[in-house]
Amino acid sequence: MSDPVTGIITPVRLEYTYTPGVAASRFLKRIASKEIVGQKCPRCAKVYVPPRGSCPKCGVPTEEEVTVADSGTVTTFCIVNIPFAGSVPVPYVSAHILLDGSDIPLVGLLQEVAAEDVRMGMRVKAVWVPDEELAPTLLSIKYFTPTGEPDVPIEKIMEYRDA
Amino acid sequence: MELCGVIGIGQTKHDTARTDVSIAGLVREAALRALEDAGLTWSDIEAVVLGKAPDMFEGMMMPELYLADALGAVGKPLLRVHTAGSVGGSTAVVAAHHVQSGRFKRVLTVAYEKQSESNAMWALAPKIPFQQPIVAGAGGYFAPHIREYIRRSGAPSDIGIKVALKDRLNALKNPFAHLRMEGITLEQVAASPVLWDPIRFLECCPSSDGACAMVLASEDVATRNEPAWVLGTAVRSEPLGMAGRDEINPRAGRDCAEAVYAQAGIKDPRNDIDCVEMYVPFSWYEPMWLENLGFTEIGTGWRLTEDGVTALDGDLPVNMSGGVLSSNPIGASGMLRFAEAALQVRGRAGEHQVDGARIGLGHAYGGGSQFFAMWVVSGEKP
Repeated sequence: MSDPVTGIITPVRLEYTYTPGVAASRFLKRIASKEIVGQKCPRCAKVYVPPRGSCPKCGVPTEEEVTVADSGTVTTFCIVNIPFAGSVPVPYVSAHILLDGSDIPLVGLLQEVAAEDVRMGMRVKAVWVPDEELAPTLLSIKYFTPTGEPDVPIEKIMEYRDA
Repeated sequence: MELCGVIGIGQTKHDTARTDVSIAGLVREAALRALEDAGLTWSDIEAVVLGKAPDMFEGMMMPELYLADALGAVGKPLLRVHTAGSVGGSTAVVAAHHVQSGRFKRVLTVAYEKQSESNAMWALAPKIPFQQPIVAGAGGYFAPHIREYIRRSGAPSDIGIKVALKDRLNALKNPFAHLRMEGITLEQVAASPVLWDPIRFLECCPSSDGACAMVLASEDVATRNEPAWVLGTAVRSEPLGMAGRDEINPRAGRDCAEAVYAQAGIKDPRNDIDCVEMYVPFSWYEPMWLENLGFTEIGTGWRLTEDGVTALDGDLPVNMSGGVLSSNPIGASGMLRFAEAALQVRGRAGEHQVDGARIGLGHAYGGGSQFFAMWVVSGEKP
């Protein structure tokens, strides 16, 4: 009797066509010209970036487009020390960034700052890829970097505050 | 509503890689133990309810079809449940509803994961077309929220270390636990590498292969088997991305607890509940969920950990089995929590038995703290 077969390797590869839908499609188009747009809920007035086309809280369609800043505040963050397939070199800081004018944070990469110097409340701004590389993808923002402005007091940060 | 009792409980030995069994063999191992405990055979079972986490975790699409014959479900109703990490809990809830509705008298429910067959971190970090790939698996997702909990509560930085040690020591009393870290110390946990700051390596759950199964039965069948009676079940969800959502203390978790306590007649959870088995994949979630579940005031969950209240010999033991921190077959992890609560109130938890446990809470969560499932069980017939 030969040894039992305890496992075989069968690689799985997945390719898919992503359909962003009307709201996200506008967001992606505009980001190629360095503009970040969200949508405001007609009922609760919260601004969603990227826009979803509806408000998850009120359950109503969102149509009003709002341009938000490419600067914002770090609400919280994580220092990643463990690499995974396709990750940026470690250590890196993955931060929740509340863009000025938005009511929901994006997760963004924070660079040009030592990980141990990152703080909740730190002011940051987007660093865009060179103009010729701009495309309809959030990857048009290379990363975020500190602005040097004073930190925002933690109690003024809106994430988590309003459920 | 009909009464429902847990009359059979089975689980596998959980391990990094169960290369000795296929997925079908793994689920049968747990199911056969549950049937044996219940004193029943496959033909006694009227319906099967199966749960597991995303198919990408093993790369096998719709495994419930493949597992139908292994679980004796041919010619019977078979339903698969999927609610991310909370699935083991919500699967047990669906099975309980099968009985409580009066439609079935004997239901087998099974949950599993065989993480060694693929890579969950890969499955959880897909290349989203218009985003940077920077959220590094579940640890990378939850670490920022833990940071906010620590800031908000002012908890000492070693609380996570204490939870990690407690759960690994409890696991030494559980023969099915994956991690068995004899002689583990606080210093060892504290010195382990920080993977996703503020989360250390030894403050994380392992990646496990394992399964859990239970037989649930109606009152007439269950009464003969010293069951754990189901006093309440609840499942709640909320959107992942909602402006102002408090992911430290999610409303869905609070609402789910409130609903399950109301059904079970629990007015003061801290005094009325004897032991809690909750879903803690990263150690800081013990104090966070203690608050979310209403066991203590907001911002004070860490004090219960620090004061030893949640220790096996404490006033409110938490994760007697060693918890998710010691065994994490993801799809089964929620059901293992529910099963441990049932084992405790049946007085059959062996070395990790809480003396005189009468009322137990099983808790599971999943996704970005957005899916919750809970049940309250009792050794005494309501």
